[in-house]
Amino acid sequence: MRLPGRAAAGNVAGMEFGPYLMLATLEGAVTAAVLALTAVGLSLVFGIMRVVNVAHGEFFMLGAVLAWWVASWFGGHAAIGFVAAAVLAPLLVGALAALADVTVLKRVDYDPERTIVVTIGLLYVIQQVVLMTYGPEARPVEPPFNARLALPWVEWGESGPALYWPWGLSTTSYKLFVIGAAAVVLAAVWLLMRHTRIGLVLRATQMDGEMAQVFGIPVERVYAFTFGLGAALAALGAVLIVPIQQAHYLMGGDPLLLSFIVVIIGGLGSLPGTVVAALLIGLSDGIISVFFSPTLAKILATLLVALVLVFRPQGLFGTRAA
Amino acid sequence: MSDGAKAAVLHGALIAALFALHFVLPAYHHGNLARVMVLATYAMGYNLLFGYTGLLSLGHAMFFAAGMYGMALPVTHLGWAPGPALLSGLAAGALLSLVAGALALRTVGVAFLIVTLMFAQAVYLTVLYFAEWTNADDGLVLQRAERVLWGLDLSDAGVRYLAALVLFSVCLVLSLWLVRRPFGKVLIAIRENEARAEMLGYDVFAHKLGAVVASGTMSAAAGAAYGLLFGYAGASFAGVQYSILPLLWVLLGGAGTVIGPFLGALFTFYLIDITSGFTTAYMAVVGVVLIALTLFAPQGIGGEIRRRVWRGLP
Repeated sequence: MRLPGRAAAGNVAGMEFGPYLMLATLEGAVTAAVLALTAVGLSLVFGIMRVVNVAHGEFFMLGAVLAWWVASWFGGHAAIGFVAAAVLAPLLVGALAALADVTVLKRVDYDPERTIVVTIGLLYVIQQVVLMTYGPEARPVEPPFNARLALPWVEWGESGPALYWPWGLSTTSYKLFVIGAAAVVLAAVWLLMRHTRIGLVLRATQMDGEMAQVFGIPVERVYAFTFGLGAALAALGAVLIVPIQQAHYLMGGDPLLLSFIVVIIGGLGSLPGTVVAALLIGLSDGIISVFFSPTLAKILATLLVALVLVFRPQGLFGTRAA
Repeated sequence: MSDGAKAAVLHGALIAALFALHFVLPAYHHGNLARVMVLATYAMGYNLLFGYTGLLSLGHAMFFAAGMYGMALPVTHLGWAPGPALLSGLAAGALLSLVAGALALRTVGVAFLIVTLMFAQAVYLTVLYFAEWTNADDGLVLQRAERVLWGLDLSDAGVRYLAALVLFSVCLVLSLWLVRRPFGKVLIAIRENEARAEMLGYDVFAHKLGAVVASGTMSAAAGAAYGLLFGYAGASFAGVQYSILPLLWVLLGGAGTVIGPFLGALFTFYLIDITSGFTTAYMAVVGVVLIALTLFAPQGIGGEIRRRVWRGLP
């Protein structure tokens, strides 16, 4: 995910270390929020279906592109378009993913390797169809509200600590909304998994698909639902980020890689682990890339994750091997 | 005729046909076929690991790039001649595959795919990071004078075709030899049933590592040759697309057949060549073919030949 704050970081070059770190943390929290949604989608699919969906980043991209389409279709006040996009884009992407599950994934019997190959195929098909229809331009969606909020910082003066407002230390109401909205959706997913009948069926399938089938759970429909839900979560993350970062047909690569990293660090298939890891990666991505070269940070992160998989395949927080 | 003789005739005929085409093909297809032969060499390297050992790697672009940059960097910055530079490309590929293999082979199944993907991504980012030397996306262009190997000017189309043919033939014969030797038979045994191969007393890890090194080095040879023959080394060759393409070629041509990678590379090259005449979104074709192959013909062209015509196709 391209860090939303990198453009802002240029404006604050003269800022002191403390406020600078706070700004980086805030921007990192936005990245982490969207990353958590996307990665939980990937983690659900892996946990329940035991397959790796390489096209996950393209579902994210599709969410952003559809959000632009829906928002520009509705017109009127920015909020109307945004709300319509937040409802329709995840639904459409989820339906498309469920369709892909029934027509393609089911037919390769969810064999782990063949699933990876067909989802690579799906990745190129989705990406290139978007290129053909939506085009190579990057387009923004207008945020429903975007008030600039200046932030205070504490400084020790002659008469003890005092608040002041450093120039450039600010965020927007929309960015705070993204963090809040992601937290609400994640809580909803947790409630769905823990306290509803659907969640019970999903968890039963996760534990033992064959046994669940024996007990009359329609496993095929559970898989289609799970694949759709995972994709819809990615799409929702994209709808949230698209007013900050524009919709582009190649934007799916970074979320895919970062989601992989998060899911692996968090322990494959573990939801709480995934959320913790998303916070960790999102925040440190924000903070590290303020102080180091983003490419170097990515190289180190990628190698680190590969070595985690090699030496600790159950993840840093998980208990089960891949 | 014995299976060995039949195999020799079939693959000898392919090489002879490619040599004959050198004299009859129009310039455009002549150039294309030279490229296809180098890419098919890359695919043969991939096939050693995927087709014969049953290990699916999503990071072979790192070996291709290791060969390419292992050759191009000394030529550009140290003024090496193409001969030693080719060897340094091979050495870079062998070393990288030894290290990456020793680490990645500690994992199994899906984790192996992801680890190879991550390693390749790290290599790709490294190429971008050292833009001062690698020129990142713009890449290194090798001048004509830097591409004269033993008095042969590789920028000449005819010489280039024959050089590509030599590389392709050597690797084809090497593959054929390798998979018919006991080493190759053990790899196939590991592919078919790893637990049983281990129980029979074979050192599975050592054989797999040998397969990764052989496969990585052959891919590096293709990368080094590609850079030298076409005078260019760019970061895009290290990207994820160049890890996916050999998988596609091998799947299409028939995994675990010596001739398959060439058929797959040839078919895909012309498919993309024709499609890109109509649309910039030509990679959509790659996606559709990948899905269709996995669904309807997981054995590819070579697999169909083996099923219908000759069961002993190596």
